Amino acid sequence: MSRLVEGSRPTGVELRGLVKSFRSPAGPVRAVRGIDVTIKAGETVALLGPNGAGKSTTIDMLLGLAAPDAGTVTIFGRSPSDAIATGAVGAMLQTGALIRDLTVRELVTMMASLYPSPMDVEETLVLAGIEDVADQRTNKLSGGETQRVRAAVALVSDPELLVLDEPTVAMDVEGRLAFWTTMRTFAARGKTILFATHYLDEADAYADRAVLMARGRVVADGPTTEIKAMVGSRTIRATLPDADLTALGQLPGVVTSDRHGDAVILSCTDSDVAIRALLEQYADARDIEISGAGLEQAFLQLTGDDGFVDEDETAEGAVR
Amino acid sequence: MSIAYIRFELLRTFRNGRFFIFSFIFPLILYFIIAGPNKNDHDFGGTGISAPLYYMIGLAAFGAMMTTIATGARIAGERQVGWNRQLRITPLSARNYLGAKVVTAYMMAILSILILYISGTILGVRLSAEHWLEMTGLILVGLVPFAAFGIFVGHMLTVDSIGPVMGGTASLLALVGGTWFPITSGVLFDIARFVPSYWLVQASHVSIGGHGWGARGWITMAAWAVAMCFLAARAYRRDTKRV
Repeated sequence: MSRLVEGSRPTGVELRGLVKSFRSPAGPVRAVRGIDVTIKAGETVALLGPNGAGKSTTIDMLLGLAAPDAGTVTIFGRSPSDAIATGAVGAMLQTGALIRDLTVRELVTMMASLYPSPMDVEETLVLAGIEDVADQRTNKLSGGETQRVRAAVALVSDPELLVLDEPTVAMDVEGRLAFWTTMRTFAARGKTILFATHYLDEADAYADRAVLMARGRVVADGPTTEIKAMVGSRTIRATLPDADLTALGQLPGVVTSDRHGDAVILSCTDSDVAIRALLEQYADARDIEISGAGLEQAFLQLTGDDGFVDEDETAEGAVR
Repeated sequence: MSIAYIRFELLRTFRNGRFFIFSFIFPLILYFIIAGPNKNDHDFGGTGISAPLYYMIGLAAFGAMMTTIATGARIAGERQVGWNRQLRITPLSARNYLGAKVVTAYMMAILSILILYISGTILGVRLSAEHWLEMTGLILVGLVPFAAFGIFVGHMLTVDSIGPVMGGTASLLALVGGTWFPITSGVLFDIARFVPSYWLVQASHVSIGGHGWGARGWITMAAWAVAMCFLAARAYRRDTKRV
């Protein structure tokens, strides 16, 4: 798979053979099953995957909030805790609200006081687009405003590495645009950004590269254009009992084909072209549905995973 | 340690209305209700101490106990919104994090003690500077186990469960400690001598030239302080290890 970034730039983040399991009431959950990811300094990388893919667990290990069962993490050549101690890392975690009884400006100032060389507080407020609510108490903010304040908290240290775990989940469309404008501005300063998302569009629009995760593994890693083509953007489902799957997979605009009983499922990069070709060649196709491909479904097709956990992998260490 | 960080911790604590009322206003009102009518009782319950002085220390101990234990509520609140995770990805070390919590707890405790001292002098309490200082010193040392207890429960319990635990513990400790009436004999006395709040209230004995704590008091307090600091450290480590 091609890499967008030239090899001369120093390594920002390096994840090697990371493995992490949890105990849960339903038995052990192998959240991350051996992943390797390298991010160059200055790169913006999307960690893309459906819910439960292991993105947040990976980020927790990257930030030193969880200890890996196996494998190593380095940030600019240092351990996560060393990198964090120097203020080189800023993060917006997936879950989390703001502490009460402070104004937005006070909260950002409080956090700035913890870092050796923070960004100017007013500059941070402007960058995050929250100068209008700077004098409001943190518990009086809307969901979108809260997310932007959390972004400011992540940015105020002027970190070299910014980690964002599904940052735009609580935002409306406008809020998202504003948020990513902020992040682009920040990335333009030569900063390294890693963000987790389950929106393919977000990865496509804002990342140089996407790392696809599914079921605790990296299933693809490359420029977002490549990833987008692999995942496909639409799915066509039709009742077509006797059609040959291989032939269907070769229809124009179709990436993969799959069968569920009498139904076939075509994952498409261009569903308009694909549906015309399908109807032309298979006039008997019935019950046709076209839908935006959920990442989950797209990934399952991509990984050839039928939804059952393959138990022979239980004893694995780091799987490439 | 970051002074700015502690400044904002204090500011937050002050702005918390419920905390303010329970830690500062509540003991103050109780003091005037209980000690006011007994203003002229100079040998309260056979202790040799005047009622205004006895209750001044009793309620100062109670208020200081409440304010230090209340650290737990703030920690639990921060944990609930995931703020402790946010702090763990800053250069704030565990030592400075806990240090800021303890400093905040002590500042609030000192304030609640001062409020009671002023109220005491209004009701006629007069002590030498030496006695004021010695008494205050003993109370501040005696708050160590309570500050540690606050950190312990804050990292053990959730926001929902911590209220009853804190309120119940403080009420019971106040009762057994002698905040409401002197404990000088019987089963309650036997129990009281093993309880840290008892020794907090005993600090008032300084005023009659008596031994504030004596060896027994110091040993009891040291044991509680060590035990609570151990539990607090363990709870903090466990909590920060969990994902």
